[in-house]
Amino acid sequence: MRDSKHSPARAYWRANLRLLSMLLIVWFVVSYGCGILFVDTLNQVQLGGYPLGYFFAQQGAIYVFVGLIFFYAWRMNALDRRFGVSEED
Amino acid sequence: MDTQTWIYLAVGGSFVLYFVIAILSRAGSTDDFYVAGGGVGPVANGMATAADWMSAASFISMAGLIAFLGYNASPYLMGWTGGFVLLALLLAPYLRKFGSFTVPAFIGARYDSNVARSVAILCLIVASITYVIGQMKGVGVAFGRFLEVEFETGVLIGMAVVFVYSVLGGMKGITYTQIAQYVVLIFAFTVPAIFISIQLTGVALPQIGLGARLADGSGLYLLDKLNATITDLGFDRFTDPEHSTLNIALLTLSLMLGTAGLPHVIIRFFTVRRVADARKSVGWALVFIAILYTTAPAVGAMARLNLMQTVQSAPVGAANANLDYAARPDWFRTWENTGLLAFEDKNGDGRIQYYNDKNPAFADEAAGYGWAGNELTTVDRDIMVLANPEIANLPAWVIALVAAGGVAAALSTAAGLLLAISSAISHDLLKSMVMPQISEKGELLAGRLAMIGAILVAGYLGINPPGFAAEVVALAFGLAASSIFPALLLGIFYKRMNREGVISGMLAGLGTTIAYIFLFKGVFFIPGTNLFPDTATYWWFGLQPEAFGAIGAAINFAVAFGVCAVTRPPSAELQRLVESIRSPGQLKTD
Repeated sequence: MRDSKHSPARAYWRANLRLLSMLLIVWFVVSYGCGILFVDTLNQVQLGGYPLGYFFAQQGAIYVFVGLIFFYAWRMNALDRRFGVSEED
Repeated sequence: MDTQTWIYLAVGGSFVLYFVIAILSRAGSTDDFYVAGGGVGPVANGMATAADWMSAASFISMAGLIAFLGYNASPYLMGWTGGFVLLALLLAPYLRKFGSFTVPAFIGARYDSNVARSVAILCLIVASITYVIGQMKGVGVAFGRFLEVEFETGVLIGMAVVFVYSVLGGMKGITYTQIAQYVVLIFAFTVPAIFISIQLTGVALPQIGLGARLADGSGLYLLDKLNATITDLGFDRFTDPEHSTLNIALLTLSLMLGTAGLPHVIIRFFTVRRVADARKSVGWALVFIAILYTTAPAVGAMARLNLMQTVQSAPVGAANANLDYAARPDWFRTWENTGLLAFEDKNGDGRIQYYNDKNPAFADEAAGYGWAGNELTTVDRDIMVLANPEIANLPAWVIALVAAGGVAAALSTAAGLLLAISSAISHDLLKSMVMPQISEKGELLAGRLAMIGAILVAGYLGINPPGFAAEVVALAFGLAASSIFPALLLGIFYKRMNREGVISGMLAGLGTTIAYIFLFKGVFFIPGTNLFPDTATYWWFGLQPEAFGAIGAAINFAVAFGVCAVTRPPSAELQRLVESIRSPGQLKTD
């Protein structure tokens, strides 16, 4: 049972990987995308006194990073409970 | 009270606090010594991690770097924070589940190989020692400036303080001291920033102030004003990129991978009680780090604006717009004494002209004003944070606070690094490889002795820094990114990875990264042995040596997969070990 394609261990791991990839895409977009690759374009837009690209590189990306980690912790705790692998059990 | 008395009070008071904590949290077991008994709460651990992570470089140098590089300093901001996302999602929870004391212990057990363990120990020690030299230097400089003692005396005082609480308390003492040090350093960094933000924009939060309008009635945004002020003097715009996009992106990635792979940060997540706590704790660590890292851009930009407006008080070219050297402010004199700020009256008019004399487009205009070159010949980046409160005329107790904060930042990071070194020696080298029979008491003693040895080496190297002290930080991040990070990631996410693959990958990543750094910075950093000058024209594809860690990591992955594909997979037992670290608790069997 343990090695079958449908074992709970495998399903748990896949769900984890799916969540990971989604969050890493966001991680990439806010830092490398908005902060580096498209910084010149975004700098044409103002956010208050901030050029937007510069804002992402020195402020925005960092705020999103914090959010990503807490979101991951929250979703993983839910996943742990759903699969009955959380440590409280 | 004068400034000096305030400084003695602030620095002395913070030391008393650290000693009291040290006495209250003595380590009684190896568990206490290596991982603080494994019972630190996620928020407390996050705070300790933040102090562990933020060194003299974060506290003193980063805002200075931003002041002079503007947007181009962004890789440090994104790299040194974005790495925590990788740590939280890809490493920390699994390493906590595995439950070892050290990073080499995980690598040794996962790949069932003492060779892999030894390579990891080597990387860890080189990375940590190079890093700790900088901290010891930071302590010496801070004491030298603020307590007015010799540099060597400053380093010795720092060694003595670290000695008391880290040898006595191990990870337990270090953890609780780091929490106190975090409070001191964040207070010291943000209070002057808030004062200056209010002065310039009327907004208390520096993060908002940086994007706000100036309070001088001009109605201009602060960043627009800064851009205009410096471009009028021939400098590049503050908010625009200058280097190649590829270099900026790879430098950011190298710093991120390095951050996630630095052992002294990783071991902090062995101290929490549960896997769920490890996930959350990285988040808290980044919250506490982000408070400083989002304030630093404001400090940098505002300090630059203050400096420019002090030297150039009216439009460029206007009569008497340049600061009269005889009437220079007190902080100017203080820093001139240290040699970190220097003036040379090139055109003999007795006034200071600070402009970009390397910009050919501005040369004619400057010549038209009768300027004969930039006259602020030295403006050390590191003075921006330290001089900031003085430039802004803040009260004496704020200046004292900055002194205590700088010392706290350097000491907390030094202690974390020393623990990583001593545990690699006493646990990984001695207990796991040389003397497996050693008792717990013996190992605890060995840990303390290793810590003493590490402090002595760090102090010696701090006082007699090899000429390359600044360059080696690139090496620390390069090593962590190109060897440790891939080995850990593959160990968790690729069950099929075996010892042959990981060892050849680590050596390939390590070898190429070191080779690229030595190519431009000299073999073992000995001046004159570099094959190419360390300038953008010679860098391959415009990649600075500091940015090569990401390429080293890619080479590591490629070699590891290649070798792994043609060698035998790891035993069923090792594969079960990987499965077990992938979930926090036991899966229900059905």
